[in-house]
Amino acid sequence: MNALQQYIDLYRDHGRLLREKSCETLNAPREKACTDLQNMALPRKGSENYEHTDLQELLAPDYALNIARVPLGVNPQATFRCDVPNLSTSLFMLLNDGWAETDISRRNLPEGVTVDSLAHAAATMPELVGKYYNKLADPANPLAALNTMLAQDGLFLHIRKGVKLEKPLQLVDILQYDVPLMTVRRMLIVIEDAAEGKLLICDHTQNPDVKLLNLQTIEIFAGRNSHFDLYDLEESTENTTRLSTLFLRQESGSNVLIDGITLFNGTTRNEYFCSMPEPDAELHLYGMGIEDLSRRLDTYSRISHEAERCRSNELFKYVVDDSSTGAFSGRIYVAPGAQKTEAYQANRNIVGTDDARMFSKPQLEIYADDVKCSHGTAIGQLDALQVFYMRTRGLSESTARMLLKQAFMADVIEGVRLPALKDRLRQLVEMRFSGTQGSCSACHNEGCRI
Amino acid sequence: MEKKRKFRLSIHKMLRVKDLHAEIGGKEILKGINLEINPGEVHAIMGPNGSGKSTLSMVLAGNPAYTVTGGEADFCGKDLLAMEPEVRSHEGLFLGFQYPVEIPGVSMMNFMRAAVNAKREYFGEQPMSAAAFLKLMREKRAIVELDNKLASRSVNEGFSGGEKKRNEIFQMAVLEPKLSILDETDSGLDIDALRIVAEGVNKLKTDNNATIVITHYQRLLDYIKPDFVHILYKGRIVMTGGPELALELEERGYDWIKESADAENK
Repeated sequence: MNALQQYIDLYRDHGRLLREKSCETLNAPREKACTDLQNMALPRKGSENYEHTDLQELLAPDYALNIARVPLGVNPQATFRCDVPNLSTSLFMLLNDGWAETDISRRNLPEGVTVDSLAHAAATMPELVGKYYNKLADPANPLAALNTMLAQDGLFLHIRKGVKLEKPLQLVDILQYDVPLMTVRRMLIVIEDAAEGKLLICDHTQNPDVKLLNLQTIEIFAGRNSHFDLYDLEESTENTTRLSTLFLRQESGSNVLIDGITLFNGTTRNEYFCSMPEPDAELHLYGMGIEDLSRRLDTYSRISHEAERCRSNELFKYVVDDSSTGAFSGRIYVAPGAQKTEAYQANRNIVGTDDARMFSKPQLEIYADDVKCSHGTAIGQLDALQVFYMRTRGLSESTARMLLKQAFMADVIEGVRLPALKDRLRQLVEMRFSGTQGSCSACHNEGCRI
Repeated sequence: MEKKRKFRLSIHKMLRVKDLHAEIGGKEILKGINLEINPGEVHAIMGPNGSGKSTLSMVLAGNPAYTVTGGEADFCGKDLLAMEPEVRSHEGLFLGFQYPVEIPGVSMMNFMRAAVNAKREYFGEQPMSAAAFLKLMREKRAIVELDNKLASRSVNEGFSGGEKKRNEIFQMAVLEPKLSILDETDSGLDIDALRIVAEGVNKLKTDNNATIVITHYQRLLDYIKPDFVHILYKGRIVMTGGPELALELEERGYDWIKESADAENK
């Protein structure tokens, strides 16, 4: 049976309740999304863009959905505190797919910056939200369509023209429930012309024993000459499934950095659809995955150069150990006429054990003749001579390996444009490889480390 | 009385290698090495290309790429071949690499701190304080005139040939080994760098430590005076002499040794 059907049935049966607990702006595209889903078959595992992710399997479990918007009875601030030395952020929180008011929510933000619950924003600023909502998400993308059909809340970030937000924003997402739950998160980010901002998302799961699914769709509009950084850090559990689809549209002269960092996860599929329809835009798309046990991480990216003189730099690095699986599929598309494009793509991976698997598919599709493009992948082991050299200086084999894996991630960390986060990330990666820190599942109430 | 003296001598042996055989990739390289080294001695190992000099150093340091197929090696009364490479290091064996390995992303400072503290941990000591460590680095850097800025760089990355070799001696100075094996430390060095490296080695020399210098050329031995010179050929030490042997090699080349060794083998 098509795993989508249960969600379509759910929508058909409870659509009224779902719509009642939402608002017009978010309700508007639901029906079409449902029809789209009805007419599409979930891509089979092994098909072109889903070679290593089986959506059928991932969507099959009977997850609960909180469409009635019942408060789930968890006070996030009682169990969760965020504190990064030297990184002062404006902190916001999503608990499952509901907006959690934090002490400083909406306060202390400069004029022209809106950070809000998507549901609240859509109800109070229907024109602004409606202008952008679901305008980038691809109706043919099953995960985005499913999200559109079911989404009721999430994040709305808006930075008005010319406003430069100095202090980074931080959104802590927490998954926590006692029975298998599907969380439908929607994020809409609008950075107007010449505006600037940075957002760090920390994606956590607090209950390690329950199967939880995070279905999230992110739409980002980057206006002319805007600057925007998104750091999306996953520290979840083996029982967590994360299906994330990101759509980015960059206008001329904009500069965007997207960094997907997977420190701990269960099964993750991260999709990035980035388009540059106007000239002189610049995109940095980075990612790192540290996989062990039987975790799975699958990245799919498509960067479309549709105008002249845009630059993109893509770098994804994985370390896969134990019996984990990593997959990377990236495509750079250069449209006819997109001359002077500079697009670089690299995927480099270390496979630490015989049972770990890494799949990589770097792709270039070029229809312009005056461009500089490169793509490449490397899959290999740690250098035995480097390990030996370190051991002759007294480092144990495991320490040597740990330092080398850490060093392997150095250039991805170097790409971070938030100095305090860079330092913190270096530390987190070190702790991750040295095993001195468990994931969220081990820390429980100690609080977020970012 | 005679017996007693012999016994006393033998417990003072630092390294005793007996009939050592080793191979890599199924190919036997070392075919019965015998070598004895006492504290305070400097041994030079010379020999034509492919004779097994670097293999000997790798096997003594424990490179897992090589397989020991026979023989034994005793280091300060312990079975060297049974030890992991890091234990050999803790016990006082040091290998200066012919081609020091670049490790991008690992800073010299972190690397040396890890090395120093690993050794301390092995001997049940607490990690060194940050201040003491920095002082140690400063002192040891001076021995080989290593630039401070190299300390903040990744291990050997972007170092010149001379800097890499100086860095090896710097690490040797920090780790204070009992026995140092310097594998072609002179290769790729100009005269000034050679002098600095050699002076560094000489400064570190005491009556209690020993050095094996592996080299192609007599030149290095002008700076580091050996007590013994061994000629390695086809995986065996075919001749041992004093410093004069190196001078003779410089003059006559290896052919006469090859001929006599090959004749003996037949």
